[in-house]
Amino acid sequence: MREEVLRVDGLKVWYSVGGSYVKAVDGVSFTVYRGEVFGIAGESGCGKSTLVSSLVLLKPPMRHMGGRALFHGKDLFSMSGEELRKIRYKGISIIPQFALDALSPTKRIRDIILDLAAVHEPNLTKREVLERAEERLRLVSLSPKVLDMYPVELSGGMRQRAVLVVSTLFNPELLIADEVTSALDVTTQRVVLELLLEFLKAGIIGSIVAVTHDIASLYQIADRMMIMYAGKVVEIGPAEELVKRPRHPYTQALISSIPSLGVTYKEKRLSGLKGSPPNLRDPPPGCRFAPRCPYAFERCGEEPPAVELGGGHVFYCWLGVR
Amino acid sequence: MALLRLEDVTKVFRTGLFGGQEIRAVEDVTMEVKEGEIVSLVGESGSGKTTIARMILRFYRPTKGRIYYKGRDVWRLRGDEVKWYYSEVQGIFQDPYSSFNPIHRVERILYKTLHHFHPSLGGRGVEERIREAIERVGLHPGDVLGKYPHQLSGGQLQRLSIARALLVEPSLIIADEPVSMLDASTRIDVLNIFADLRDKEGLSVLMIGHDILLANYVSDRVVVLYKGNIVEEGPAKPVFVNPLHPYTGMLLESIPRLDKKWEKRLEEKAEEEEYTAYRLKGCRFAPRCPAARKICFEAKPPTLKLEERSVACWIYSDYGEKS
Amino acid sequence: MKLGSITETLRLAFRNGKVKAGTAVLFFLLLLAAAGPVLTPYQPLKYTGEPSLPPSPRHPLGTNMFGYDVFSQTVYGLRSSILVGFLGGAIATLIGVLIGFVAGYKGGLVDEGLMVLTNILLVIPTLALLIVIAAYLPYRGIVVESVIIGLTSWPWTARAVRAQTLALRQRDFVLVARMSGESPLAIILGEIAPNMLSYIFMVFILQFGGAILNAVGLDFIGLGPTRGVSLGIILQQAVLWNAIQLGLWWWAIPPGLVIALLLTSLYMVNTGLDEVFNPRLRGD
Repeated sequence: MREEVLRVDGLKVWYSVGGSYVKAVDGVSFTVYRGEVFGIAGESGCGKSTLVSSLVLLKPPMRHMGGRALFHGKDLFSMSGEELRKIRYKGISIIPQFALDALSPTKRIRDIILDLAAVHEPNLTKREVLERAEERLRLVSLSPKVLDMYPVELSGGMRQRAVLVVSTLFNPELLIADEVTSALDVTTQRVVLELLLEFLKAGIIGSIVAVTHDIASLYQIADRMMIMYAGKVVEIGPAEELVKRPRHPYTQALISSIPSLGVTYKEKRLSGLKGSPPNLRDPPPGCRFAPRCPYAFERCGEEPPAVELGGGHVFYCWLGVR
Repeated sequence: MALLRLEDVTKVFRTGLFGGQEIRAVEDVTMEVKEGEIVSLVGESGSGKTTIARMILRFYRPTKGRIYYKGRDVWRLRGDEVKWYYSEVQGIFQDPYSSFNPIHRVERILYKTLHHFHPSLGGRGVEERIREAIERVGLHPGDVLGKYPHQLSGGQLQRLSIARALLVEPSLIIADEPVSMLDASTRIDVLNIFADLRDKEGLSVLMIGHDILLANYVSDRVVVLYKGNIVEEGPAKPVFVNPLHPYTGMLLESIPRLDKKWEKRLEEKAEEEEYTAYRLKGCRFAPRCPAARKICFEAKPPTLKLEERSVACWIYSDYGEKS
Repeated sequence: MKLGSITETLRLAFRNGKVKAGTAVLFFLLLLAAAGPVLTPYQPLKYTGEPSLPPSPRHPLGTNMFGYDVFSQTVYGLRSSILVGFLGGAIATLIGVLIGFVAGYKGGLVDEGLMVLTNILLVIPTLALLIVIAAYLPYRGIVVESVIIGLTSWPWTARAVRAQTLALRQRDFVLVARMSGESPLAIILGEIAPNMLSYIFMVFILQFGGAILNAVGLDFIGLGPTRGVSLGIILQQAVLWNAIQLGLWWWAIPPGLVIALLLTSLYMVNTGLDEVFNPRLRGD
């Protein structure tokens, strides 16, 4: 049996805005196992970033409205601030969405690293920390000179590598990578994603949760994938299975709206999704994709069932039980 | 005759204290857009693609070179000629939120556009045209009219930007990354709007972007740009099926695809400093090129022309006609 | 600008403590200036009784060495100071904003020419210029003083507005307006200016305070209005006649306090609004 690292169970995280709630994450369940890359994909406003940032730090106006997130059996939402701080970097580490700006601009990389070490690895000497940092920099093909530079002196791709080194320096059991490559050029994007995999193989990172709007780049690295729409999970399964045989109409639309190389308008006119995602203050009852779904029928007004397809492939849709 | 022609267009930006550093953001770019075709200008950040768009739209003056539209020098137009130019050439920008003034209702700029370019329309005619344009880009007038930009989604705003440009009834649209800020599932329909207009009304589009799959989907021809230099150009299909320039090859290998997983790790040298490539005497891609030789660092590669295609690389220096 | 956003901005503004306190004091002073003639039976420049009387129920702030009622003088002085602030501030803001818009939007030679003019005015000590101009005019009223102040204190506003305009003119929606056939004037008025309203309002408040301070300075060195009364003139005379040394504190201190109060309230409104419009400055 694979070892569970993170188990999220019926999690609800809403935003409290001006007296009403935005149901950004509304009953999400999934499990991340040791040694795997778990991908979460979805478009703007689907709740993917809210989901992962709430796991690391729940800050207002976010509110935990139900459900649990068990990290090695302990619920992250009932931990004290002190306990959470202890697992940061060593237990769960995050590369946030705007990592390029996340490094403090007034400190050299060296000082950023030493400050973190003082908090999270007080047993290591300065020398040991810096030796490890240099070794990791070499791994991402950066020269140790980077230690003496300020973040602004690094180009986009270099900074992203430096962020990767900093956030994995204390060998986290789980690394959350939130849109780490979306600001990068495709060539750099590939390099950074491949470095993530390399860190996983080398045992520096235990498992990865990769969050992105770009399903194609996720497919390149993920073992299993979860597709979110309007605060809910619509489909979850092995990456290969999900991309090759998507079952939920939203997943199908998402995948078919990306042209394969060689597909042209003149030969095969593709079409995308009509309309926009629902307002999450007042989402439609039942399936939230129903208003845009070409196959919607009456039952879609009720909460869709989980349809198990074997091998861990599950989708939430009334079409599966008809 | 080409509708739009750029001849040796160069743009130099000065940076650093007292403008001591020169960045040749666009260097000797020569290219064309013909009537009724969609041309994609493909490149990564820093390729100069947006600068080219803004020079064509008369927002940045080229440091050197000329831009001709229907044979007339775009930067020598005066007074009413400028208005004529904008009645023929319109632009769409990347960020739909910044394309609308946050303090006005979205339809205001649509009314202004009609007022300036079709002043003879009466009140009823104006209303009708605007509804028509909004429906043409796949929106319901009732969903967007009377709204402020912050009340609409990026997709809705970007469609409205296109509707505004279409109200002018231009012959050429310069679309600078028109879909990169939209959700993937809605991108294809925006491109379909351009392609439909090309097929039905002979519209020409210069599409600027970084997404090769999308460029390949709608474009007739592609121009690949690297740090201000054109490295390769030609009809979309052959360029993407059989890229000649090592940079085009690297781009194609790096795009994440759903039909194919990356195989071995991409070998690429990390750039030590952001602007060194701009100062190179030779090929600007040489520092990252797996096939770079000594000559690549020393002299600009010659452009080899091959029927409809062209490539600027020392690999091909021994073949064919040079320019 | 739409009504809804104005009321929303006002609501936000009045949640700010500094704006609240500053406006309250300012409102009180305006009320005092407006109601002044009703509150006091005396004319400011009329002999009302014995000179040098300390404050009493008949003369709440006493009388000065000439037997004028200091309270009447202060109230009338406040009126003229507010007039100078309003008029001088408005003129300076108007010129500054206009030059800033044109220079920033047009660029090129127009910009350079206007900025040379602006910089020349900026480096000439304003007070020295004011002294020269004021000294040449045989008759000076409050309005003339306001105009002189307005005409000399716009340069920094022009520079600030120019900088903001430069940034705004490269924004996409301005470029879209250009492609839509809008004229430069329509773009400045319709696209750029509305986005700077809050900024211009703050500039006006600063200019308002600046004009008052400038006027006090001019009055104090004897170049104020040749007729009439102002807070600066009261202070000038109090100093001239050694009011403090002679123990006539009520002649000098209350008008000085009113000036300080006026300027402080304007300053508080300004910094408060700055916090409202630039959320980054807020402490929360």
